[in-house]
Amino acid sequence: MTVPAVGSRRLRRRSLLGLLKLIRVMLSVYYAYMVEYRAELLFWVLSGTFPLIFMGIWSQAAAGGQFALDSVTFVRYFLAVFLVRQFTVVWVVWEFEREVVEGKLSPYLLQPIDPVWRHFFSHVAERFARLPFILMLVGLFLWLYPEAAWVPSLGQGLMGLGAIALAFCLRFLMQYTFALLAFWTERASAVEQFWYLIYTFLSGMIAPLEVFPEAVQRVVLWTPFPYLIYFPAHLLIGQPTDVGQGLLAMVGWGLIFLAVNRWLWRRGLRQYSGMGA
Amino acid sequence: MGRYWSVLRLFWSTAIAAELEYRLNFAIAALSSLGSLVGSLFGLFLFYRTGYRFQGWTWAEALVVLGVFTLLQGYAATFLAPNLNKIVTQVQEGTLDFVLLKPISSQFWLSARTLSPWGLPDLLFGVIMIVYAGNQLGLHPLVYFRALPPLAFGFLSLYSLWFILGATSIWFVKIYNVTEVLRGLLEAGRFPMAAYPAAYRVFFTFVIPVAFLTTIPAEALLGQGHWGWGVAAAGLSLVLLQGSRLFWRFALRFYTSASS
Repeated sequence: MTVPAVGSRRLRRRSLLGLLKLIRVMLSVYYAYMVEYRAELLFWVLSGTFPLIFMGIWSQAAAGGQFALDSVTFVRYFLAVFLVRQFTVVWVVWEFEREVVEGKLSPYLLQPIDPVWRHFFSHVAERFARLPFILMLVGLFLWLYPEAAWVPSLGQGLMGLGAIALAFCLRFLMQYTFALLAFWTERASAVEQFWYLIYTFLSGMIAPLEVFPEAVQRVVLWTPFPYLIYFPAHLLIGQPTDVGQGLLAMVGWGLIFLAVNRWLWRRGLRQYSGMGA
Repeated sequence: MGRYWSVLRLFWSTAIAAELEYRLNFAIAALSSLGSLVGSLFGLFLFYRTGYRFQGWTWAEALVVLGVFTLLQGYAATFLAPNLNKIVTQVQEGTLDFVLLKPISSQFWLSARTLSPWGLPDLLFGVIMIVYAGNQLGLHPLVYFRALPPLAFGFLSLYSLWFILGATSIWFVKIYNVTEVLRGLLEAGRFPMAAYPAAYRVFFTFVIPVAFLTTIPAEALLGQGHWGWGVAAAGLSLVLLQGSRLFWRFALRFYTSASS
């Protein structure tokens, strides 16, 4: 399959300016598209209440029992988890699966840009469209619960944001890798769903890693999951964190998935015949 | 009434026949259920491993709640999701017209048209968990029947809420995620209400009645609950069911079919 090769070569010939323009156009197009469905977006934001439920139960538990963190830290932690979750939501596998099954991928392959960038920028643009809702919810929450308010220092905030951005990229890359399985099976999303299950329980979404048993903690730190939620959330609330180790793990897992991803993409294109073609 | 039973039998036998074509899916569903079970147990264990316990709930008693929650998830995956999440497609494509023309209640048709055996592993695991915890607590086998009425009321309440949300798709076509909001909130049912701060308890009892779905049936099984809650559960489910019927009739007045 030569299409993507031609695409990337032509892209390289473009000046940096052209690239910036491309990014701007893509972001503004997808932003406009996302804002169109604002009501729907609000419901997606609200469907991420999972961390807020656990916030209640953990802060209650910390008030009465012996746990590694105190009640207010739990509240902050889960608020940070909520934020991280909102900014790292990814759904590319469902879209990609549909494109492959319905043959809609074919026209995109003819364009001189790898189709992944469309998905990527639509996700990024959606973050901006989602932002007002998130701020509203966080505002409402802090109004109800002012004791938990905290302002991260500039350093913490920047590091937290950087970690969130990296976590989003890693999560996107992982899900896109599973999405590529759609070339061979019609149920690529089932793989993602199973992965998501493990992610739910090991990423720190149900509890910070501090309250895990020691042995589980050590094993989990070798998996990519805690770096998707626990690590950025921890940075945001200013808890002591091993930044170097976290970054290393994220980059390492990112490279592994990138290699698998590109390999699957090349094999997959050979496999892909286009629906009805 | 007899006609509805025979129609229901036809609906479900065809649905099962269709789903049995995809046996791999069933294996995947079973694996997912097992994973989710292990995760749920792990989540509960995190609280109990340091000696902390939810106000008045031992580990085995909390397991009963988790079992009821798993049962509820299985019920939703088997009966509710495959039917009620499709209402939106019917509205979008205008095929709701054909449903409305049929000589049976359209709400019945939309709610019972199909079923998905994918939720069966969850139903099974839920029962196993409840019976296991019951054994640990030394419950008499007959005691389980005491939990059936509140459980049935809980199922009915959940159905009604879900149906009302699904029915709003008459106005808002992009409704898929509203049921996601409901599902997200249902997660609170994993744990007994006593585990939550007071504000959460009020919210999950009076705004989104999660308490009636898992905690109250579990309390009935354990013989702890006040009988007043049982009556409230019955009342709530009947009100919600009637509400869902009225709401559906109201919504249909605004249905104008697709592309018209």
